[in-house]
Amino acid sequence: MSNVIAFALVGVGLFCLGLYALIVQAHLLRKILAINIMGSGVFMIMVALAKRGADGPDPVPHAMVITGIVVAVSATALALTLMLSLSAASGSAKLSDD
Amino acid sequence: MQDMFSHIPWALVLILLPLLTGMTSFLWPRSAATLGVATAAILVIAVAGLGWQLHYLYDGTYHHAVGGWGAPLGIALHADGLSLLMLTATALVGMGVSVYSLTYFDREKALRFWPIWLFLLAALNALFLSADIFNLYVTLELLGLAAVSLTALAGGKAALDGAMRYLLATLLGSLCYLLGVALLYHSYGSVDIATLAQRVEATPAVWSAMGLIGIGMLLKAALFPLHFWLPRAHASAPAPVSAVLSALVIKAAFYILLRLWLSLFGPLSESGAELLGLLGAVAILWGSIQALRQVRLKLLIAYSTVAQIGYLFLAFPLAAFAALSTWNAVAYLALSHALAKAAMFLAAGNLLRFGGHDRIRDLGGVVQRLPLTAWAFALAGVSIMGLPPSGGFIGKWLLLETALDQARWDLVLVMMLGGLLAAAYVFKVLGYIFTEADISHETGEVTKTMEWAALSLAIAAMVLGFIAVPLLEWLGLEQVVGISEISQ
Amino acid sequence: MQDQSEQRIIDDPTQVSPMLRLLIALLITLLAIGLGNAVLSLSTSTAGLTQIVNSQMAQSGVSHPVTAVLLNFRGYDTLLEMVVLLLALLGVWAIGEARYQEIAPGPVLDTFARLLVPILILVAVYLLWVGAHAPGGAFQAGSILGAAGVLLLLSGWRPRYPLMALPLRMTLILGPMMFVAIAAITFIIEGQLLTFPVNQAGTLILILETAATLSIGITLAALFLGGQPQYENEKSK
Repeated sequence: MSNVIAFALVGVGLFCLGLYALIVQAHLLRKILAINIMGSGVFMIMVALAKRGADGPDPVPHAMVITGIVVAVSATALALTLMLSLSAASGSAKLSDD
Repeated sequence: MQDMFSHIPWALVLILLPLLTGMTSFLWPRSAATLGVATAAILVIAVAGLGWQLHYLYDGTYHHAVGGWGAPLGIALHADGLSLLMLTATALVGMGVSVYSLTYFDREKALRFWPIWLFLLAALNALFLSADIFNLYVTLELLGLAAVSLTALAGGKAALDGAMRYLLATLLGSLCYLLGVALLYHSYGSVDIATLAQRVEATPAVWSAMGLIGIGMLLKAALFPLHFWLPRAHASAPAPVSAVLSALVIKAAFYILLRLWLSLFGPLSESGAELLGLLGAVAILWGSIQALRQVRLKLLIAYSTVAQIGYLFLAFPLAAFAALSTWNAVAYLALSHALAKAAMFLAAGNLLRFGGHDRIRDLGGVVQRLPLTAWAFALAGVSIMGLPPSGGFIGKWLLLETALDQARWDLVLVMMLGGLLAAAYVFKVLGYIFTEADISHETGEVTKTMEWAALSLAIAAMVLGFIAVPLLEWLGLEQVVGISEISQ
Repeated sequence: MQDQSEQRIIDDPTQVSPMLRLLIALLITLLAIGLGNAVLSLSTSTAGLTQIVNSQMAQSGVSHPVTAVLLNFRGYDTLLEMVVLLLALLGVWAIGEARYQEIAPGPVLDTFARLLVPILILVAVYLLWVGAHAPGGAFQAGSILGAAGVLLLLSGWRPRYPLMALPLRMTLILGPMMFVAIAAITFIIEGQLLTFPVNQAGTLILILETAATLSIGITLAALFLGGQPQYENEKSK
């Protein structure tokens, strides 16, 4: 049971660290990485808490996390392509300030 | 014939057809535009069919257990008055935007537009028909990625910047939502809304989930102060994409919040309702003031969206004591805003195409060359302002009446100020558009299709003002309200 | 051109004032405490669907619970998620064309790719097959295939024949299209969406997974390309 708590709290920590980096970091690649870290945090919470019962791990959160990973990969691919195009068009990989 | 018509599963058609035609139009690009408009037309029929079925066959609620597995093991599809409202808005705006897009895009952009557009329609329909909070997450992501891709379609630095900001905001919103879903699932062992509604209680996990889902949806609905991505995304998106963003995509997030509020969170939190109302009030005032200050037409309309979304959130504090009339008001506001705002953006697109720019001060001479567009903008403006006899008037009047009944003078004041400010910025634009002036520049081509699409949506917003009673009865929101009362 | 702004980023990667940074850090710490509390309160309850899933496994057609949930009980989610993956590719293609660069791989990468790609394909097929009764299945196999594709692309392989345009598109939509087709067909036959008859469930799931694996692999590799392949553009004109 302490395993469950430990991993779940690590998930919370990842979520919050990622959120901080997303808000504060300026470079787009770091923002995208921050989103991925937040996603990993959420998935970790889902999977950690799935191991609470006595019957064995709950398969539904595992399936949800697989779905979530695919969605995260799709979103990351789109974000990276956008970043590269923006960087090519504007010369720097940051969001404009005005 | 009627027997066959009434037994087609219109709800499933709404989801599966755009998926099918989206993939087909990707496979055979030459058929893309035809498939797109045909799908939009069938979707309008499908929504009418679903409405008919809800009334005469299903007693107000349609429920479908996908895979034959009931909740909580499987996923359930669910249609009631609230879903029907949003599906109607989607079908009508979808039709208008599809027709407009027939002649708006050049060949190369059109090939990229249609498949993504069809997937966006599928995402909206799947979202409004879903009764499973994890399924809602997947549809939200589908919707977000489609919207971002369309926003970036124009290319160029400004569009890419707007799209990137939008993507980051929408991903953040989805992740917050997903964490809320995780907390709810691990509290009660289900992601089905009906099952959760029976089990939910006020625990720290549920409070956290409520906060997280709230923040996620506020981000995606662009409610003040989380609206920062909206103006820039609109500024350089193609006109039909802006129309869909303001009219439908934002409302989807509002719908999810509303649905979860009615079923799960509403009975638990009164202060949450007040907070949403406060944010809505600030959004109305701030958005309207910012709209007045804009130099560019598309940005003015974008800030107007920020303001109009605020009206929808005013419903939360009011609904505690007068549920049915408040939700009827919200229904009217949402539907007429969707139609009117889409019409406005399409009209703005015509102006932009015509003059090569959208600076408000230099919009003179439009009424001579593009009279249909000018009138489209004017009628849409009437609905946004809330003047009779438009749909916007009915919505605002119902909301105002509810606020007066409950002696919420603060909300009444905000609504009246909002109305005045809206009148100010709409008349500012109309003043320039309806001035006769000489055209000294090269004019872009604006097809009659584009003009009629904009005008039709604007006329639809006006027609809403005349059919209030039968429409509200057709939507049947008493059943929706009933949900919130049962779980109390 | 890029040096000045990059230098500014290196000097201060955040470009947010320290006061604001502190405030944000404080707020997020509060958030972390709230979430930690919520999570701790959950660790004592045991709500979950394990028992319900186990009781229905016999009807699902496979013997691994995660595969059963993904492809049968919650197959509708998987359908939508395949569309999400395809949509991401459409978005990437909408943004621009793949920048074509000549790549001359060094001897290590060259040999490595030649050795590894066939092995990866074998592993993918194995994972696909084993997913019915052990961890594995369409997504895992598809990722391995995607990795094989990425390895090929990294070592300089580019499909160039205009003939590949339509087959490429067909493979890309194969997975989601199969899902939608089976969803529609099962609705017409059984009256409910995505309802597999019990004795055919295993076969149907295998068909769906195979189609999905191919689509996922090709989509992931195509995403790596970063834009619409150039022969694509010629074909569609």
